[in-house]
Amino acid sequence: MSSSRQSKYVVRKEYAEPIEAPDLSLKSWARWLWRQLTSMRIALFLLLLLAIASVPGSVFPQRSADPNGVVLYFKNNPDVAIWLDNFQLFDVYSSTWFSAIYILLFISLIGCVIPRVGVHYKALRSDPPAAPTNLSRLPSYKKLELTEANIQNAAALLKKRKFKVVATKTELRAEKGYLREAGNLFFHLSLIGVLISVGFNGGLSYVGQRVIVEGDTFVNNEAAFDYFAPGLLFDKNNIEPFSLRLDSFSTSYDYKNPANYGKPMDFIAKVSTKESPTSQETKSQIRVNEPLAVGGSQVYITGNGFAPEIVVRDKDGVVSFSGPVVFLPQDSNMTSLGAIKVPDANPKQFGMLAFFYPTVAKLSTGALTSNHPYPWDPIMTMNVYVGDLGLDSGMAVNAYKLDTHGMKQVAGGKSGTKALRLTYGETVELPQGLGTVEFKGLKRFASIDITHNPLDLWVLIFALTTLFGLVLMLIIPRRRVWVKISKTGAEVGALTKSKDKALDKLVKDVAKSLKKKSK
Amino acid sequence: MTPEIALNPELATISRIIVLVALTFFAFSFIVLTFALTKRAGGQGKKDKFANRLDTIGLVLMGLGVLVIGVGVVTRGIAANRVPWANMYEFSISGAFVVSAMFMISLLFKDLKFIASFVVGFVVLVIGSANTLFYVQVESLLPALQDYWLVIHVSVAILATAFFTIGATLSLIHILKESKRIKASKTKAGIAFTKLLKVFPKSEKLERTYYQFNIIGFILWSFTLIAGAIWADKAWHRFWGWDTKEVWTFIIWTIYAAYLHATTTKGWDGKRAAWLSLIGFLAIIFNFTIVNLYFKGLHVYSGI
Repeated sequence: MSSSRQSKYVVRKEYAEPIEAPDLSLKSWARWLWRQLTSMRIALFLLLLLAIASVPGSVFPQRSADPNGVVLYFKNNPDVAIWLDNFQLFDVYSSTWFSAIYILLFISLIGCVIPRVGVHYKALRSDPPAAPTNLSRLPSYKKLELTEANIQNAAALLKKRKFKVVATKTELRAEKGYLREAGNLFFHLSLIGVLISVGFNGGLSYVGQRVIVEGDTFVNNEAAFDYFAPGLLFDKNNIEPFSLRLDSFSTSYDYKNPANYGKPMDFIAKVSTKESPTSQETKSQIRVNEPLAVGGSQVYITGNGFAPEIVVRDKDGVVSFSGPVVFLPQDSNMTSLGAIKVPDANPKQFGMLAFFYPTVAKLSTGALTSNHPYPWDPIMTMNVYVGDLGLDSGMAVNAYKLDTHGMKQVAGGKSGTKALRLTYGETVELPQGLGTVEFKGLKRFASIDITHNPLDLWVLIFALTTLFGLVLMLIIPRRRVWVKISKTGAEVGALTKSKDKALDKLVKDVAKSLKKKSK
Repeated sequence: MTPEIALNPELATISRIIVLVALTFFAFSFIVLTFALTKRAGGQGKKDKFANRLDTIGLVLMGLGVLVIGVGVVTRGIAANRVPWANMYEFSISGAFVVSAMFMISLLFKDLKFIASFVVGFVVLVIGSANTLFYVQVESLLPALQDYWLVIHVSVAILATAFFTIGATLSLIHILKESKRIKASKTKAGIAFTKLLKVFPKSEKLERTYYQFNIIGFILWSFTLIAGAIWADKAWHRFWGWDTKEVWTFIIWTIYAAYLHATTTKGWDGKRAAWLSLIGFLAIIFNFTIVNLYFKGLHVYSGI
């Protein structure tokens, strides 16, 4: 703090001294820079720059969209990857250079549009501008030889066509299409609205992920998530304490059409939710394209898998482990891998690495595989390890993995004992007198994403007003018409801001109306 | 509850044959129209009666092609039991139908006959590559795609592309017409080409016309982008995530925004704006081919 105060003092002291030309040149330089930045040419340049700057993000994997791709890239091309990473090419859309471009673009936009709002407001309240001295230079022009021009008739015609008209005996000014500029301003201001609401939305948001087994209840709070990513402005106290129970999860597959036999057709999660601990329970369902809105958040299903129910008993029949275990799917036919940890086992701790095959089949190598994602013929195989499970050290341990380091394998692999093999409902003996293990039942689990983006609606509203402004600015033509009367005749000229063929016809019509005798 | 979706592979095969019949019509239309164009360049321009007759024949063939490919697209949809917009083959045949139909309709309002051979040539190219490179058997949609936003998002994207196609064709002619190199060329081909380019309307008129096509395309493209974001929010848990296809949709939008700014910027209107209009369209083609086939992203299922 003290150093910044000091530097301020230094600046002040310098200001106190008389400064001659530099200040002026600095000011004029700044003005020049501002004028450049808010010019159309720079806006155009920045737009093109933004388009080009967006390209690398589609070529290289991005941490935001494809984190595994980035990891893989580092593995395959470590030297290039480090180099690319220095230029933030794996985080293009949050990189300093990309941000610099769009921030400059928006400064340019604001500098260009805000003054135009005032100008347009004035134009709306004032008469159409005076005619240019030389009408014949306008894109559409006609000269008439007339002794008596009926300017009132022309004014009436233009009024009928929704022009704002001011007419004297010798001059007529008319303008229409004010909505074009209004639409243009509306469009650009809405874009600023989109940017601001997207920015704050990101700040206030959170996204959490959680795996939930059928029958389990999840209460929305930071600690309940497996993964939680809050925005910079996120306030813990604002998290809605809604609860959600997964009643059932079902999948359906196509068995009718040979072309997509066995392809998933639908995933449905039936859930019961409560907005708060005291409120009524509501039953609803979540599908892939149908997230559930609850407590100001959206709940999505992002994945699913099997959670076999496993019971471990010691040799006296005392239960040391019982419950569903989440198995992570390894392929599209749901061959799944799970880790079962039995810390309270008697006589010693042990763990099991288990494979689950919903519809078991044998590969030509003799290895097992699953050839269908539905549990038509489910079996489980287990490798058993004895030793320290590492659960007592107080360190965070991945629940879905079994760290076999320092453990001794007693079934499967090279242990000399065959891996255990269990069919549905079967109980088998564990080696070395560890007791028995039972494949008691089969549940499913769902991976859910809970996102809270409080300003989503605002982003949408601004996006739609952007579109509305765009339609106005591109569809409505803006036209100015002038008539000048002299003793020898009349001149009609018209100007447009858009490319427009109807201008000549308008001038022709006005010229014709001038010739008409008044009744 | 298993959704009862019956696919009809036999009808899909028939649909493919219908599409090939349409391709034949378009191919003949292209030959006739191109011949008419060269005839005009060598003869009396617009007054060439023989060329006028050839134009009529070419356009009738094109009209037949539109009707037949329309049937092809509809039967494909019936065979798949859904809108026929789920893979590159289906996008291509639907796109070919929309471009050619929209072109025929705009002939009622605008004199665009002079680019008929270009448009029909493009259509032939699209259907040809659809049939040889992109063909796939009918399949049901993945759960993520089973949504009415598919209908809204994709149909508007195809329509926008159709408008941009006409816009790009006209801007290409504009660029060629303004090319000093072609004008200065003293070779036989150069002279013949200069003559051919005189058949087309004045640059100002071309500019005005493709501006109109491009602004409609731009509005539709903006809508596609917003509709896509709304759908992505439902299906992918966020409305925008810089997926490769989202990136390219954004790039295309930005290029056309730059084009619109160029038309009102001194020194950038005219030929430079024409180039931007053409580059925007090339980005669309790139987005449809290279990005679909080679770039990794969430839109993968829009591949082959």
